[in-house]
Amino acid sequence: MAKPAPTVQGGQDIEAHVPQKELGPVFKAASGPARWADERLGIATLSRPFIRKVFPDHWSFLLGEIALYSFIILLITGTFLSFWYKPSMAEIEYEGSYQLLRSVAMSESYASTLAISFDIRGGLLVRQMHHWAAALFLAAMLAHSLRVFFTGAFRKPREINWVIGVAMLGVGLIEGFAGYSLPDDLLSGTGLRFVDGLVRSIPLIGTWAEFFVFAGEFPGDLIVSRLYIVHVLLLPAILLGLIAAHLALVVYHKHTQFPGPGRNEGNVVGYPVFPVYAAKAGGFFFIVFGLLTLMGGLMQINPLWTYGPYNPAEVTAGSQPDWYMGFVEGAIRIMPNWEWHIGGTTWSWNVFLPGVGLLTGFFVVMAIYPFVEQWVTKDKSEHHVADRPRNAPTRTAFGVAAMTCYGMFWIGGGNDLVATQFRVSLNAVTYFLRVAVFVAPVIAFIVTKRICIGLQRADQERLLHGAETGVLERDPSGSYSERHAPISVGEAYTLTQYKQQPALLPAQDGDVKAKEMRVEQLRRRASRFFFIDDLRKPTRAELEEAAHHGHDDDHALTDGHEGNGHSGNGNGHHSIAAGTQQNVVDQ
Amino acid sequence: MTDLTPRNSGHEVDDQAQQRSELETVRDVERYPVPDPGLPEHLPRLSDVDEKAADRATRQVATMFGLVPVLAILFVVIYFAVPRDAVFLGQNAKNIGLGITAGLALMLIGIGAVQWGRQLMDDHEMVDHRHGAASTKEDVEYVLRELDAGTDESGIRRRKVLGYSLGGALAALGLPLIVSFADLGPWPTKRVRAATIEETIWKEGIRLVHDVTYEPIKASEMVIGQLVNAQPENLQEFHGTEYLQEKAKASIIIVRMDPNDIKIPEERRDWQVGGILCYSKICTHVGCPISLWEQQTHHLLCPCHQSTFDLGDSGLVVFGPAARALPQLPITTDAEGYLVARDGFSVPVGPSYFERDSRGDFKGE
Repeated sequence: MAKPAPTVQGGQDIEAHVPQKELGPVFKAASGPARWADERLGIATLSRPFIRKVFPDHWSFLLGEIALYSFIILLITGTFLSFWYKPSMAEIEYEGSYQLLRSVAMSESYASTLAISFDIRGGLLVRQMHHWAAALFLAAMLAHSLRVFFTGAFRKPREINWVIGVAMLGVGLIEGFAGYSLPDDLLSGTGLRFVDGLVRSIPLIGTWAEFFVFAGEFPGDLIVSRLYIVHVLLLPAILLGLIAAHLALVVYHKHTQFPGPGRNEGNVVGYPVFPVYAAKAGGFFFIVFGLLTLMGGLMQINPLWTYGPYNPAEVTAGSQPDWYMGFVEGAIRIMPNWEWHIGGTTWSWNVFLPGVGLLTGFFVVMAIYPFVEQWVTKDKSEHHVADRPRNAPTRTAFGVAAMTCYGMFWIGGGNDLVATQFRVSLNAVTYFLRVAVFVAPVIAFIVTKRICIGLQRADQERLLHGAETGVLERDPSGSYSERHAPISVGEAYTLTQYKQQPALLPAQDGDVKAKEMRVEQLRRRASRFFFIDDLRKPTRAELEEAAHHGHDDDHALTDGHEGNGHSGNGNGHHSIAAGTQQNVVDQ
Repeated sequence: MTDLTPRNSGHEVDDQAQQRSELETVRDVERYPVPDPGLPEHLPRLSDVDEKAADRATRQVATMFGLVPVLAILFVVIYFAVPRDAVFLGQNAKNIGLGITAGLALMLIGIGAVQWGRQLMDDHEMVDHRHGAASTKEDVEYVLRELDAGTDESGIRRRKVLGYSLGGALAALGLPLIVSFADLGPWPTKRVRAATIEETIWKEGIRLVHDVTYEPIKASEMVIGQLVNAQPENLQEFHGTEYLQEKAKASIIIVRMDPNDIKIPEERRDWQVGGILCYSKICTHVGCPISLWEQQTHHLLCPCHQSTFDLGDSGLVVFGPAARALPQLPITTDAEGYLVARDGFSVPVGPSYFERDSRGDFKGE
């Protein structure tokens, strides 16, 4: 195929290709309003570094974008809703168009939410879009954080941005909760009742916190208007600030990229902001917006007119919080009923630990992980090429263990539905989960780590022996072997470019100062835990040697294939592929 | 690699930097067993080499954009023309119509833009050079030097008291800031607690009434196995917030069980009327109203977190996260045979709080 002539371009691209002679439409605009603006704002200088800034392309980089776009859509739809919503707990008699609730006493906030749903044209659509967008916002943030975690994109210099991300996730969670408490229907009131119990359970200050949050005894008459200002001003402002910082840091650090030929720690390869990235990212905003609009039109969410107004003496079976609160809900459900009664005091561990404790623990563990890993490795270098998860087996295993733990708690949040849908005993589900939240992550850790190391072995097979071709050959002696084709240099580079962390042997006397010895030994033990099972990647010499022997180094289908020139280490296979050569360094 | 340079206009691709970063992968043998081979050759797309394919993509994109005004008009038509309560497939027709037209319009803009970017915009990858996140040495030195000079010029080095007093002044502002929030709610002192969360409107002689109709309940009308959701008769006197606050504590359930099937402790003999027992409906876990009644086992299950209480055994917890028995309301009958409270609750109802004296709860025999 011939290369395309450079002149086959759309009109938009003229600026990029044609020098002085043929000025594109951009230059015409530049003499008019653009010059006027530039003389006042200096926009050319401002935009110069960004207009052709390079963004690498990968589907997983869209997850953060989805979060950002859902947030923007939340601002748009939320503003629309606020034109009719009344954050008031004052009691009125409903006179709107929903017949089944006519003449029922309810709060103004519930009545105004019903009005948005039934009397404002398009109100239901926007309300449902808002709710779906909130669910998507949290889901996208969580998925994005998993991508960042598993690719090691939180490493230096991005630790602070990771912490900012964790903060956004936490604020987003509270923001979502505050939002679904606003309609003041039976479900949201039940959620608030739960929060009341949660706040109360805090040792020492619980009752005071409860009275301060609810302006007295539950439910009081201020909580809805307080949550409203928290939901529409305080937390969105904080989120907006954090998003600005998050994006500014992404721009400053430049995006991480996945390994590939031509991509290294010193560069970033991708498409320029203008026009390709702008088209793709801008288009993606509209796709997310469109999808949420379709969901708002076609998929019912939170049909709060069926719940009725809040009534502290009623609750519906199967009450569920929004999905992102499910893990806390689950913890609350499966927690054993531990409570201390000391003198005239009550220490409500059965509520405090799974509620406040788990939420706090979740975010603290997330926030400190980069620093823990950095302490173990003492790796002070910058990392811009994303790790392939298999090349950090222990980190990946930790991530999957955490996901499993989260998942078990999350299932606990619907233990009643699990029981009714699968016709199993509710008690059995609960007892099982009490054990599973601890045991399942351990199993997940071990399995994931083995899978990662297995994948590392597969990589090494390709590196040292090439790719399987599927062509079987029989030699004159009658034995069968499969022909292997060498992989490309680009692939070999992709598979080997990651930075391998060594497992450290215990320190000897004199390695470090005596008083630092304990900490150093601990660190080294941690480094062995982290890295000792990693497959040591082949050295350049080993690869060259393998390439040299590569032509006749076809895999025999029978066991005990030997004598191919590799330095065997006694186990009848290649030293590296067998992985017995440990990844240990005595530093 | 060389494929990149023709794309460069105005954008500063630092070729030297690019070569340097590739060279690094040659030099660092330990980290890079295979040196960076550089970017692969750019492969043209069909739309790059076949004008017809490019035209086809152009038509696709323009069609998508062109459909948007149509959908926008349809949206307006549906907004005004479809009645509010029209139903389509069991759902609100207006909502579905508005959602589909607006949603498709937005998606078509998005898909069109992405298609334009993927098929028609130049797809040569570009390279940017990275520089470390840290400031340059000169910048650090300049800033430190100037900060040092500025500190000298401010005089704070010789007159340290300025700094200390300013710090103290700013810190002191925290005090009014925090104190200003003291009126967020009433302070739950012992007296306030006794009048709020530790108190219900139940007292001696208050009738037990159906929670919706407020009709009093005759003991003789209750059959074995029956459960009634009830409220105190005087709840009707409250309105608005107070009503909700009182209801959140005073709600009860009345059950009738066969007295021979259940355990009634000696001290609670006269708290019931012929197997009719009355318990707080508010869960001792986090305060959900409990009402899932298992008639055969006498168990009451909370739908929120599945705490289960044995109403045949003074409301003790048999399963779940709740730690304390459901408070029991002592009841009797009045002269007309209606159920009335013999007294208020003996312990605070609802979820635990720190100052709660839980020594008076029933803990089994």
